[in-house]
Amino acid sequence: MELTRRNALLMGAGALVVAGIPFRVSAAGEDAIAAFTGGADVADGGDITLTAPEIAENGNTVPIEVSSEGAAEILVLAMGNPTPGVANFKFGKLAASRAASTRIRLAGTQDVVAIAKMNDGTFAKASSTVKVTIGGCGG
Amino acid sequence: MISRRDFLQSSMAASAILGASGFGNWSRLAAQQALTQDQLLQFDTFGNVSLIHVTDIHAQLKPIYFREPSINIGVGDNRGKVPHVTGADFRKMYGINDGSPSHYALSSDDFTALAQGYGRVGGLDRMATVINQIRSDRPDALLLDGGDTWHGSYTCYHTQGQDMVDVMNALKPDAMTFHWEFTLGSERVNELVEGLPFAALGQNIFDAEWDEPAELFPPYKFFERGGVKIAVIGQAFPYMPIANPGWMFPEYAFGIRDENMQEMVDEVRAQGAELVVALSHNGFDVDKKMATIVKGIDVILSGHTHDALPEPVTVGETIIVASGSNGKFVSRVDLDVRDGKMMGFRHKLIPIFSDVIAPDAEVASVINKVRAPYQEAMGEVIGQTGSLLYRRGNFNGTWDDLICDALISEREADIALSPGVRWGPSLLPGQDITREDIWNVTSMTYGKAYRTEMTGEFLHVVMEDVADNLFNPDPYYQQGGDMVRTGGLGYRLDITKPQGERITDMTLLKTGEKIGPAKTYQVAGWASVNEGTEGPQIWDVVENHIRKQGTVTIDPNNSVEVIGA
Repeated sequence: MELTRRNALLMGAGALVVAGIPFRVSAAGEDAIAAFTGGADVADGGDITLTAPEIAENGNTVPIEVSSEGAAEILVLAMGNPTPGVANFKFGKLAASRAASTRIRLAGTQDVVAIAKMNDGTFAKASSTVKVTIGGCGG
Repeated sequence: MISRRDFLQSSMAASAILGASGFGNWSRLAAQQALTQDQLLQFDTFGNVSLIHVTDIHAQLKPIYFREPSINIGVGDNRGKVPHVTGADFRKMYGINDGSPSHYALSSDDFTALAQGYGRVGGLDRMATVINQIRSDRPDALLLDGGDTWHGSYTCYHTQGQDMVDVMNALKPDAMTFHWEFTLGSERVNELVEGLPFAALGQNIFDAEWDEPAELFPPYKFFERGGVKIAVIGQAFPYMPIANPGWMFPEYAFGIRDENMQEMVDEVRAQGAELVVALSHNGFDVDKKMATIVKGIDVILSGHTHDALPEPVTVGETIIVASGSNGKFVSRVDLDVRDGKMMGFRHKLIPIFSDVIAPDAEVASVINKVRAPYQEAMGEVIGQTGSLLYRRGNFNGTWDDLICDALISEREADIALSPGVRWGPSLLPGQDITREDIWNVTSMTYGKAYRTEMTGEFLHVVMEDVADNLFNPDPYYQQGGDMVRTGGLGYRLDITKPQGERITDMTLLKTGEKIGPAKTYQVAGWASVNEGTEGPQIWDVVENHIRKQGTVTIDPNNSVEVIGA
């Protein structure tokens, strides 16, 4: 009995230690952006929408959605994950809708970044902070 | 040609005048001797639509005492803004006389003395009288329940929410949204919702597996009242699986989903809605932010953070109404809607003074019926209190201190942790503590009191995590509770710092030593969101402790030092 409870608590504890402190942006994420844009400086904004929860209900499976009407490709990165690359969606010329949704795993509180490469070669970027927390005290 | 903005402002002026005549304008003497039901309910019916808002009742069927917070810190853009104004500053802001009924109803100082003069507040039979009175002015008024209704008492726990459903059905609401209801478990929530004779709304209640709107909870409902086509959109508490145990309702996902809220507003406008009302359990600061992002909501009826405001707050062309908690208030909002637009409003936050407002006989009999089987068990006197027992505030209230003392002594722990919830009525010095009183501040479906070892480092991470849920400068990252209550542990909190740096100088109070990161401590707590938590129920722990004390007295708590408030 005691062991069960302890195990349950320790499992919670394991997740918590990782979750507690906001993650730093890893160099790997910046490198991936540079590789995608060819080093061009991309400011936030433009024709791209990233929908992600503010606080993840479960950091292991966070639903996100990206869309951009004029995109040829959309790169999605979890900047604080050990491996930031999440997905690179490519849209053909006949694609009716340039949107995609998936679920991603986040190692802790961090920014999720989406960059669209437009058909005309320009870029658009959106980012969203997703908090991963233990919670438990909402009143 | 008068623009809509002019109308809103002139109505705001009208509302302020009404606020002055309806709020805080009685002398104490007059109030104590001659405060009447007619005065409390006086309202010049306005426009063509009336909304009645009740929220966060937390299963308080009977009159209670309820002390409002003395500390409620706002951060970021909300620093120093309502509802983050308390005590004398709050009274000054709204022109409320010291010692007046509004002082007693809306602020915290001199609570014990004023409570003895003005008596208890709330009781759903009194609330029924107020609702019926408004309906006699405006028979087609909409009654909207903001949720946290089916949680928080002995009878609610033992009937799994049936007591509240029966009593609320007698009040005949038109729609409801949700939070703690889900802690009954999804099977029971589904069962109760399927039987409701009114709409169960939540544009942000989704199916977790498919991330699609949940069928049982439609996003909105249309009503035609006073010749006006009204859309009421529900917004459930966004962070349910995080703040409460998600394993109890794994089929559901939530979130703020303001992009979907905008879609729903656009959809109802396209279908001809002339008035859009959001029935929200977001919490006040989240509602304020949502009002800046989502365009086209006329009225947000705001719940969750238990704030009681004597006037609506306007954000752009949206008015936000906050109606308190625990059955203490009813908000009436009259609206003038013409040519598809809200042209003006008149508002009153009606405090339910239980000794002034006559109980409605029909609802009183429903309440007595649901309570009768439990009356003997919950009426048992466990002890007495020598101190005012209350909870509300960002940090420990005296009820929390008592619960933490009980956890430390009954569970032989170094440190106790108690959740920073905002529900739970107050008790005055000299009152008996009954079993029902203990349940009123502890009742929940995951109340087991755990005991575990934690390192100092881990404790720090826990404290930082909770502090960020409260003091993150962006309201969308806040969950709306208060700081976790601690027993046996002191600390310093700097609100201006980011997560990870807010909490310093953690001290083990029994020795006065600093908490060592690698050292291990025995920690007792309750309300863990983890599945499989074991231990005795918290109400039994507290009851045993009070029984041993006989009369409980709570010393002032100076264990938390706050910087940057």
